[in-house]
Amino acid sequence: MSRFAFYLLVSLLMLIGVGLTAYRHISFDVPWVPGAQQKVWDIEAQVTFTATGGPVKASLALPENQKGYSVLTENTASSGFGLSYLDDLPGRRAEWSIREAAGSQLLYYTVTMLESDNSTPAAIKRLPAPQEVSWERPYDTAAAQVIDQARAKSADSFTFARELIKQFDGQRQGENGRLLLTQFDRPDLMLRLLNEAGVSARLVSGLSLEDGRRRQNVSFWLQVFAETPENGQTVDLDSADAEDINTDWVLINPETGKQGEPDNLLLWEGRGAPMLEVEGGVNSRVSFSMIRHNEPAAVAVRNKLANDELLNFSIHSLPLEEQALFKTILLIPIGALVVVLLRVLVGLKTSGTFMPVLIALAFIQTSLITGLIGFLLIVATGLVIRSYLSRLNLLLVARVSVVIIMVIAIISIFSVLAYRFGLNAGLTITFFPMIILSWTVERMSILWEEEGPKEVLKQGGGSLLTAVLAYLAMNNPWVRHLTFNFLGLQLVLMAFILLLGNYTGYRLLELRRFKPLTED
Amino acid sequence: MLSSWINRWSRNWTTPGLLRDKGVVGMNRRNIGYISKYNDRRLYPLVDDKLQTKLLCQEHGLASPELIGTVTSQFEVRGVVDMVRESTGFVIKPAKGSGGKGILVIEHHDGEEYVKPSGVRINRADMERHVSNILSGLYSLGGSPDVALIEGLISFDQAFAEFTYEGVPDIRVIVFKGYPVMAMMRLSTSASDGKANLHQGAVGVGLDIGTGWAVRGVQYDRPQFAHPDTGHDIFSLKVPQWETLLVLASGCYEMTGLGYLGTDMVLDRRHGPMLLELNARPGLAIQMANGEGLRKRLELIERQPDGVPVAERVAFARKHFARSKEDVANVGMAPIAD
Repeated sequence: MSRFAFYLLVSLLMLIGVGLTAYRHISFDVPWVPGAQQKVWDIEAQVTFTATGGPVKASLALPENQKGYSVLTENTASSGFGLSYLDDLPGRRAEWSIREAAGSQLLYYTVTMLESDNSTPAAIKRLPAPQEVSWERPYDTAAAQVIDQARAKSADSFTFARELIKQFDGQRQGENGRLLLTQFDRPDLMLRLLNEAGVSARLVSGLSLEDGRRRQNVSFWLQVFAETPENGQTVDLDSADAEDINTDWVLINPETGKQGEPDNLLLWEGRGAPMLEVEGGVNSRVSFSMIRHNEPAAVAVRNKLANDELLNFSIHSLPLEEQALFKTILLIPIGALVVVLLRVLVGLKTSGTFMPVLIALAFIQTSLITGLIGFLLIVATGLVIRSYLSRLNLLLVARVSVVIIMVIAIISIFSVLAYRFGLNAGLTITFFPMIILSWTVERMSILWEEEGPKEVLKQGGGSLLTAVLAYLAMNNPWVRHLTFNFLGLQLVLMAFILLLGNYTGYRLLELRRFKPLTED
Repeated sequence: MLSSWINRWSRNWTTPGLLRDKGVVGMNRRNIGYISKYNDRRLYPLVDDKLQTKLLCQEHGLASPELIGTVTSQFEVRGVVDMVRESTGFVIKPAKGSGGKGILVIEHHDGEEYVKPSGVRINRADMERHVSNILSGLYSLGGSPDVALIEGLISFDQAFAEFTYEGVPDIRVIVFKGYPVMAMMRLSTSASDGKANLHQGAVGVGLDIGTGWAVRGVQYDRPQFAHPDTGHDIFSLKVPQWETLLVLASGCYEMTGLGYLGTDMVLDRRHGPMLLELNARPGLAIQMANGEGLRKRLELIERQPDGVPVAERVAFARKHFARSKEDVANVGMAPIAD
């Protein structure tokens, strides 16, 4: 290909890229910088179940305005199903129905939530009265004893709930606690015990919002009320004409007993009703994907509506689950650019050309320090064990396969150790790509045998440095914002890398290497 | 304190402008401007597979160590003993090995015991296992199945005995479009563990294309005036049969068709220069050993027409790339021109 055609291609790519980017900025009002705007969450609930052939009714709890979040828009997608929103009780629900369905079914519900400090929570209409609980022997005596102990150490409903959960804590878990846990789920058991003790409480479902997460599940929380309805008050669930009541309540984590909700918790279902009810189907489950945007709320609404246009060919018209995936995929070219820069302009040696990018992707999941420590631990341990393997004279494929199993074993052991020592960050070690790590161990080990430990340090250090720089570039909020919102930039990146691939000048490290040549 | 540190640090660095003036070729220019421009990828297997190189040499009549035999499948392994029965010394090497891995040198044997240069004796089973390992790809790039070559042992020219520690000094000539453009000799040292790899600590000695005299020595990219182990003056080194060696190197262009080529040769006591192997991606350290950039020489050759016979190319190179006598005198030696 002639030089002219090459530069024509590069400038064409550059032009299209810049054009697309400018177009998106101007006509969709997408800002250049993140942060200044309000945060908007797109959350997609995906309901799956297997229909048994008859009529089907599926009802899903829907989120309401609440402290910190308010609902902007909502959408559903479900072929062939009738849909109605039920606003009466208890809480809002979407109900899908169909006369006849068989086989696996897929229903979507998407909601756009605005993160805001001054949203008005929906009022609590009625205090849930403690329900009658029946216990079988010997669980009744165990429950009574647990309740007595917690009551002795507490002053009010909140402290009682906390003390109660402490009774089931790993170390303080008594005989009674162990017995009860064999029979009941933990969140369910806590609710039963609270009700048994006459405390108003219910189980609500919350979703931890984290950008780009897919296939998430809700977690259960205990909503404990300060007051308890008068004895004998009837239990008719939130009826529409009930009066608003003002009451104090807190959320308590049924696993840890910690009081108060985390910042990023969205209460998806806040009425003590089930998340999902399916009649005429089995194996039902609901999972969530979410993405965060930084844009004016008005734009978020407009973009949502634009999704329905036929001509909207952008990643932003994909289902959220895929969008969340693309958020990461679109960062990979940035990592590749860092690698190209470091190799072509600096001359850094790495082990495996794009291995550092994959390690950097893992760092995004694990956070930098944990990731670095984890990586060094795995590779160092791997090298030690691998040095024994080289004495066995194995064929390459077999050897690398053994290394893979070894790496998995190391990761498992470190995860267990980290968990034992209470280092939860250590558990993220499983995010490392194991095949890549195995090849890294294999390559480093061969390098060690052929060139000595110095070269291993040089290339290993080079790889880690590249990975850290790639991580810093890919984890930069500004970069994340730009790559996801302006797809045209990918073409600009490509043009830039094409130009770099043509660079015949010196590498930075060559200025040091060839220094003696300029001396005489 | 800080300023002195910065001073010391900056003394180790140079500027792109100075390098350009010196005509130094960097990695990027080598890859784009020479290797991918002049070396057709289709031809790489000719040099990456030592067996193919060797067969080509026989076809074109270029001197290379005698090929005693090849082993291509595991069931032929038992035949190795019969193959080498008549030869005093021999070398077993993988066809696709790199960096000198998997090379077994036997100096002499009695059919039962085989003696390595270090004096270590191995038996028939050890030797057969080595061949079997080569076949299963233990030493080849990517672990792919390989072929074992058995070559006659070269008897090294004693002229270099004082310039080497254990290993074999070899001569690397960069051949560009068939012209020898730069040459160096690699001397193994105790630091390089007897290997002739420059980055492992072997001494690189730049050789004058005109005469074969040493022009400069470097170890770890820094100037070196004597062999670190034997203490022998590097500037007293001169490669004999220089013309023959250059003709042999230049002939590799016609043989392979590769425009930018590294040729590795050794001097045999009886048969003179012999081609050991070829490299389609030769390194840039040869510039350090010669204290000179490649670029001006390469550009001069780029301007030469195609189709010039070997002898004329060698004469052209010797004329144009020779160091002037003053230059050689500068470094303290006054060699007699041959």
